[in-house]
Amino acid sequence: MADLSKEELLDMYYDMVLIRRFEEKSEELYQQGKIGGFLHLYIGQEATGVGAIRALRPEDHFFTAYRDHGVAIARGIDIKGLMAEMLGKATGVSKGKGGSMHLASREHNFWGGYAIVGGHLPLATGVALKARYNNEDFGVLCMMGDGATNIGYFHESLNLSAVWNLPVVWLVENNQYGMGTAVERASGVKEIVKKAAAYGMKEGPRADGMDVIATYDAVKEAMEYARKTGPVLMEALTYRFVGHSMGDPERYRTKDEVREYQEGDPIGKFGAALTTKRKAKKDELVALDKKAAEEVEAAVRFAEESPEPVYEDLFRDIYV
Amino acid sequence: MATPAITTATKRMTIREALSQALREELYRDDRVFLMGEEIGVWGGTYAVTRGFFDEFGERRVRDTPIAEMVIAGAAAGAAMAGLRPVAEIMTINFAFLALDAIVNHAAKVHYMFGGQFSCPLVVRTTTGGGRQLGATHSHSPEIIFAHFPGLYVCCPATASDAYGLLKTAIRNDNPVLFVEHSTLYQKRDEVPAENPDYTLPVGKSNIIREGKHVTLVSFSKGVHICLEAAEKLAQEGIEAEIVDLRWLRPLDTDLLIESFKKTNRMVVVEEGHALFGVGAEITAQVTEKAFDWMDAPIKRVTTIDAPLPYARDIEQMALPDASKVIAAVKEIL
Repeated sequence: MADLSKEELLDMYYDMVLIRRFEEKSEELYQQGKIGGFLHLYIGQEATGVGAIRALRPEDHFFTAYRDHGVAIARGIDIKGLMAEMLGKATGVSKGKGGSMHLASREHNFWGGYAIVGGHLPLATGVALKARYNNEDFGVLCMMGDGATNIGYFHESLNLSAVWNLPVVWLVENNQYGMGTAVERASGVKEIVKKAAAYGMKEGPRADGMDVIATYDAVKEAMEYARKTGPVLMEALTYRFVGHSMGDPERYRTKDEVREYQEGDPIGKFGAALTTKRKAKKDELVALDKKAAEEVEAAVRFAEESPEPVYEDLFRDIYV
Repeated sequence: MATPAITTATKRMTIREALSQALREELYRDDRVFLMGEEIGVWGGTYAVTRGFFDEFGERRVRDTPIAEMVIAGAAAGAAMAGLRPVAEIMTINFAFLALDAIVNHAAKVHYMFGGQFSCPLVVRTTTGGGRQLGATHSHSPEIIFAHFPGLYVCCPATASDAYGLLKTAIRNDNPVLFVEHSTLYQKRDEVPAENPDYTLPVGKSNIIREGKHVTLVSFSKGVHICLEAAEKLAQEGIEAEIVDLRWLRPLDTDLLIESFKKTNRMVVVEEGHALFGVGAEITAQVTEKAFDWMDAPIKRVTTIDAPLPYARDIEQMALPDASKVIAAVKEIL
């Protein structure tokens, strides 16, 4: 945490807590029938999202898949608009047209959550092409699950990014299961970063995705390499504490396995590191926990009081 | 580059030349416009539309890609979302099935799905059509599939002047456009307003290319030329066919064809795709809904038969629509 100020460290801690509270509340609202569709929670993976997104510069761009609430929050997008989107309200970031899986914010260079596995990889390639085409100094962070690394888009996008030397960091959030299929049951290559060799691409690290600072450092270095030189494939090794989506019976893993990972909870670990290294006092962290819960409550209130989209909205924004 | 003065002069050119000139002018007009696709650069384009471009514009603007349709369409969509104006080339429309997700799930949906935050001013150029003995996977005409989806435009020019104007329209439009050329029409010639670099045609407007009073023939792309041939022969027998060239499958303009139908009370729709759920099916439904009282006979369809296309020359030709089939259909309803 050498290059991070106390304020930045506390901000990161706050974002992780805010994500956790946001997700817990989302689960509750889903059970009440207020959130519909599919809901994929980020609980357990907060260190990966916060570490990675905090490593970006404001001018950098990023994409992710459908487990997208955490990175949106980490980028500093107002959670009122995010929660309103989850509730399908006209005030949502995507005006109630996208839902949980399709959050985005143009002004934050967040190009969205994408529900087609791997579907965003070529889009990220295209945005990165603009940097080279116009000689602009930005990079693109393209996050994906481990499952996306077996799809055709992965091959075609990584290959083209290497051929054209595009400034992309391909960050695999390896939570060890693509839905319920373990990485080793789905991929011939067990260490996903090794796939970089197939494209003549820089093989990045397998960062500890349960450690926010380790992820931050690794992504920051990878982004610097990508902007200057070309694409990088890296992993953040992480774990989701909850099911793939709501209603996952979790037959593919044991309760003991989940419990073991929960003992290394990334928020608890980071909080402890902050106090041990005297970057924060316990009370400060407790105060942040309370503030996050309040911010989530306020977002829910905003979302619930917001208007629904109307019939006419069905026909808006089909074409420019 | 200085913009030449606008004149009404025309130049006789082939569809290939017209497309080439439209692309070249758009590349000069707007630095955001670039081309990407298989063999478009060093090779010069498999249909030679981009011959010489690589030397003229360099590899920044004319980008050869690997054989990888998913990322050709997908990366072009991403570049379009980021503010560039890519013209991606998919060598033939059959390969566009590999890019279906990028075109249909993404290019056509990002504007809507994210509440209007992003736009996708993408052109995907591709080639359709049978009749060249290429077998089942390389010869069908599935452009109608793409016209099913809101968010996408589908343009199918039939003439050189339309190819010129419509390609410019597509490039300058802020929405994704699938631009479908016919593989057997590249050598067709007509008069192109080629000294007007800002010659564009409206989105979703059809065109009456021959006037007549006895029957309305509706078609697009190569079917228009089949209708013209049929109309010539019918005229010798005193039957005057009016021909509506749709130009676009989406937005689909039914105004002109319904106006024409109200005059002729008879219609034949000609398309190179299969009949089931095709252009003729849709137009028949709309005409029935909007002009039933003017209908003197069932609307007929002339399409490719309901079988994959074969290699053998004679039976492939038998499977495709042609002027004699159009004439027979007209005579059935007169």
